[in-house]
Amino acid sequence: MQEASSDRTRVSPYIWLLVIITVAISLILLLLALQEITSEQKDETLATYLLLAGAVLLGSAAYAMIQTRKRVFRAKIESHPIMTTIECKKCGFKSTREFQRGDYIFKESERCQKCGNPTIIAAIYREVKEKEKKRFTS
Amino acid sequence: MNPLIMLTTLQYSVAQFIPGGDWIIQLIFYLFFFIFILYGQKIQMYVMIREVQGSLYRLKYIRDEGRKITIETINEIGKPQSDPTPRVDRFLEYFTISPQSLDPAGIVWKLEHILNIRDARFKDEVKLMAPSADKTQAHNLENTLEAAMALNYIYKIIRHFYLLGKKTLSLYVIMQLQMVLPLVMREAEAYASALKAFAYGQPIGDGAGALVAASLMHGHETRKIPEDCVVATVQIEGRSAFVIKAEGPGGNVGKPGDAIKTIIEENEGKIANIIMIDAALKLEGEPVGEVAEGVGAAIGGPGVDQFKIEEAILKHRIPINAVIVREDVGDAVSPMRKEIFDAVDKAIERIKQVILEKTKEGDKVIIAGIGNTIGIGQ
Repeated sequence: MQEASSDRTRVSPYIWLLVIITVAISLILLLLALQEITSEQKDETLATYLLLAGAVLLGSAAYAMIQTRKRVFRAKIESHPIMTTIECKKCGFKSTREFQRGDYIFKESERCQKCGNPTIIAAIYREVKEKEKKRFTS
Repeated sequence: MNPLIMLTTLQYSVAQFIPGGDWIIQLIFYLFFFIFILYGQKIQMYVMIREVQGSLYRLKYIRDEGRKITIETINEIGKPQSDPTPRVDRFLEYFTISPQSLDPAGIVWKLEHILNIRDARFKDEVKLMAPSADKTQAHNLENTLEAAMALNYIYKIIRHFYLLGKKTLSLYVIMQLQMVLPLVMREAEAYASALKAFAYGQPIGDGAGALVAASLMHGHETRKIPEDCVVATVQIEGRSAFVIKAEGPGGNVGKPGDAIKTIIEENEGKIANIIMIDAALKLEGEPVGEVAEGVGAAIGGPGVDQFKIEEAILKHRIPINAVIVREDVGDAVSPMRKEIFDAVDKAIERIKQVILEKTKEGDKVIIAGIGNTIGIGQ
């Protein structure tokens, strides 16, 4: 188990090295761009390209880091809350609570809060919020 | 701007800035050109390997979590005298060899025999692992262990092809693996979700058919029929309906093939119609919990039960109808979604409609709710 948790949080040293080198190059390019802009015989075209290249490299390094973090973050099993609906056989009063171990559909449950008659577990379900927009559904 | 013009301008600018700059830019350009010409495929392969490796880490994590949940559940429910970990680890490596199909005649009975042995072995193992578990809990533990086994198997298969691809540096091995991975990951995540549901005894999407049957038979007297099934006689629209489902609330699919055959024989084949209700895989774009109707034996699994049902209805020429609740593979093995639960009423309406249209008053019909009845009583 220990091995598994270290595996999922570990970021490859090669990626770290690549990111560091990229950041270093981008910083050099940005400094050169700054130097070019502030110099007396400034070349705006060169400064623009240097600035552009520096920004692109810096962006790439940031993207690589975000992707790596995302992969680490996603390493968990998604779980949704499971709800249990209890219904009174007599008055039809319904109440919902979180699922408890031992619950099952049609199990006799506690007395009704309203009329005191026996209740049953009428439903156990999970609610999922759809992330995608509904297209081509019909 | 055209990249070539950009490169030429950059070359010109660098040439102004650094003496001999145009030469450097040209060198870099050709270097990149030759690297991509000669090593493009290798670079692509390394990118794919990285991607597969990421998924493999996630699969390993899911597999280990599954194993952990299984051991925790056994300790909590079964109260074993000794640590169940070595036995669980051994169990995860169990395999079943399917019968030889060179001569397919009689293969169904051979397959049934092998599956019976497998079931008996599972039951014995669970009894040894969790001596304090009652029948329902033992069924749930069996299902939990099966989900953990499936996760272990998926992880090992993907790891095998990943290592094989790395060892042989074959683009095609890696490429096939990378292409199939999104589907494999979906399945693994579904099993991880199922494992939690089994451990806690929550109803799963596959139990839609069993839930429909349970709703119909609730409040009526039930009796046990082979194997692991229950039947209740319910009056629906003036017809006698034999409602069948696997015995709940433990994780159990029963043997509906045997159950339907028993009821047909008990009634000397005088059954006007059979209606089977099951969860079925939906296509992308179809809504979850959609109810559809058709003909044929709606039952999944290895095929033994479907074969038995088809044999029995053919012998007595009994028409068979199917009502399905659509859901995807993830929904089928994870805790039941509200949409699937809500589809029960729609399915019952559809069953009543079929009964009214296809049978006469006083007829006998069989309604079989197929699926895992975990978390569903009767």
